Amino acid sequence: MGKTLLDKVWEEHSVRTLPDGRTQLLIGTHLIHEVTSPQAFGMLRDLGLKVLYPHRTYATVDHIVPTDQRTEPFSDPLADAMVKELRRNCAENGITFFDLTSGNQGIVHIVGPEQGITQPGTTIACGDSHTSTHGAFGAIAFGIGTSQVRDVLATQTMAIGKPKVRRINVNGTLSPGVYAKDVILHIIRRLGVNGGLGFAYEYGGSTFDAFTQEERMTVCNMSIEGGARVGYVNPDETTFQYLEGRPYSPKGAAWEAAVKRWKNSASDKNAVYDDIVDFSAREILPTVTWGINPGQAIFIDEMIPNPALLPEKEQATAREAIEHMKLKPGAPLRGTKIDVAFLGSCTNGRLSDLQEVAKHIRGRKVAQGVKAIVVPGSQGVSAIAEKMGIAEIFREAGFEWRGAGCSMCLGMNPDKLLGDQLCASSSNRNFKGRQGSPTGRTMLMSPLMVAAAALTGEVCDARNIFSISFPDKA
Amino acid sequence: MALQKITQVTGRGVFIPGDDIDTDRIIPARFMKCVTFDGLGEFAFADARIAERNVGRLHPLDDPRYKEATILISGSNFGCGSSREHAPQALYRFGYRAIIAESFAEIFFGNSTTLGVPCVKMHQRDIAGLAAIIAHDPSALLTIDLNENKVTLADVDFAAQISMPGHAREALTTGRWDSIADLVDGLEEVRRRAANIPYLSI
Repeated sequence: MGKTLLDKVWEEHSVRTLPDGRTQLLIGTHLIHEVTSPQAFGMLRDLGLKVLYPHRTYATVDHIVPTDQRTEPFSDPLADAMVKELRRNCAENGITFFDLTSGNQGIVHIVGPEQGITQPGTTIACGDSHTSTHGAFGAIAFGIGTSQVRDVLATQTMAIGKPKVRRINVNGTLSPGVYAKDVILHIIRRLGVNGGLGFAYEYGGSTFDAFTQEERMTVCNMSIEGGARVGYVNPDETTFQYLEGRPYSPKGAAWEAAVKRWKNSASDKNAVYDDIVDFSAREILPTVTWGINPGQAIFIDEMIPNPALLPEKEQATAREAIEHMKLKPGAPLRGTKIDVAFLGSCTNGRLSDLQEVAKHIRGRKVAQGVKAIVVPGSQGVSAIAEKMGIAEIFREAGFEWRGAGCSMCLGMNPDKLLGDQLCASSSNRNFKGRQGSPTGRTMLMSPLMVAAAALTGEVCDARNIFSISFPDKA
Repeated sequence: MALQKITQVTGRGVFIPGDDIDTDRIIPARFMKCVTFDGLGEFAFADARIAERNVGRLHPLDDPRYKEATILISGSNFGCGSSREHAPQALYRFGYRAIIAESFAEIFFGNSTTLGVPCVKMHQRDIAGLAAIIAHDPSALLTIDLNENKVTLADVDFAAQISMPGHAREALTTGRWDSIADLVDGLEEVRRRAANIPYLSI
């Protein structure tokens, strides 16, 4: 009987079975940031425990960091205190900190991979639910709470039950103007926001084979929005090529040995899955969320749903969503006016996201009255974007080019929506109040769709705005 | 570090209707700019409560009828979204000691159990029945029994089945719901295992 990548990694990293029946699972790589670590370090001090493997712990500051005025002290004293607390904890424990002065600071799920810290066949944990992102490299990566951050700091392990595995196949070629973001929004729409509860999602099929690592990261990132704590793609040549030469990637003979191990960590051809779901890439169109959870999504050419016509279980939440989003059931999604456009986040804040948009917006301008911000996912991404002239294209077009951080994805820093502003966003959550204003409204979509909305002032089909040809109009 | 064995939770209930109630709603991000969890209780469901107040209504958490409640009741996929432990912390510090819901998001469930706050699943039909009883009589006393796997009411003929993953029930009823002690016990084996994994021993 063949094994999945999950089986293999679980076997290798299982320390023992705990009294309650769960596994004490070794976490090979621990990523930390300023929001979910301070209390964990505090608990360690209270318990008289030390960090077990500081050399397997890496830190960055991302959630509270301003994207405009970034010199300390920050204008928000609470944010300033948090960054100093992280710096202190890292210094006291000998933990590598990708600080603001390092040139490598950024969103934790962007920094890990670009540094080569995220590797196949490993286990990774971080106090942030989008840790599933790292699964794009064939790692088993968990989002964890603060007490678990304490557990990993103190013992380099966590208590966790082994998930089932659902294999999700997406086969075929995506139509022009349809991106990885649309793929994951589509999967969540179909399988539901809690469809993945108890499962790890293994993504595969020809669409994934053809994806770049950055595209795979976009998909794995939102696994948690579908209820799957873990989501991964089997490592392959694309993965190895991405990792080669990165700062923390193995070198020389160690590199050769690692690639061999990484190849072996992939699911066997005859692996057995608890469930298998198939999707056809051609069926997927640009997708936009209309509601207050990531599963409330439709294609760009669809109408806003009528709650009364939805399955009974979905009706109450749909009504609540229509009311919050101030939409009209039955009205076209297209044409919805937007106030803010946000391009960034751990979902879509990578170089390829910015490159793809820059390619299409050159020479065009953000619409009057729209506030458009671009937040590169890391200082590394930002530096390359500047060098390539990408930053300048955005600035020319009237986008504000900012410093790296989580920014408006969750509005913990000053980048927040005001009142009931509607934001076209490349991030991962559209919950009520998510972007910093209780009455603020969020529509999730791909980076190019965000750009199209920025240029026109309304939700629209990016394929029209940027003359991206439809496959059947030869 | 001896933890209390939790086999039963008794108290009044409060119903928060709705499915997919996420952790951003339970504790908005702006209240997470802190280095301890102190004082989080007052901010539980902050924005939902403000929104109700603004239209002259009372959120269940502000409704004096449910002031004594220690058991929170809600719909499916409760606690979805962010892994923030600030969410169960805020609920605990507000005064809740157990949560009954149609289903729970995984990370929230784990965070809550680690704090000693049992999260028990109940069928939607039974939740509706319980909510109706509580609306009629907010002083109704519920007992969640983790060994019997049921919820009963003191003065009303009501009994509903509940469920919880075996490991969580085991942990709560044997007083090991915070796993740090058990994990530390395994440190020798951790070091042995790590020494045999190439990327860790480099």
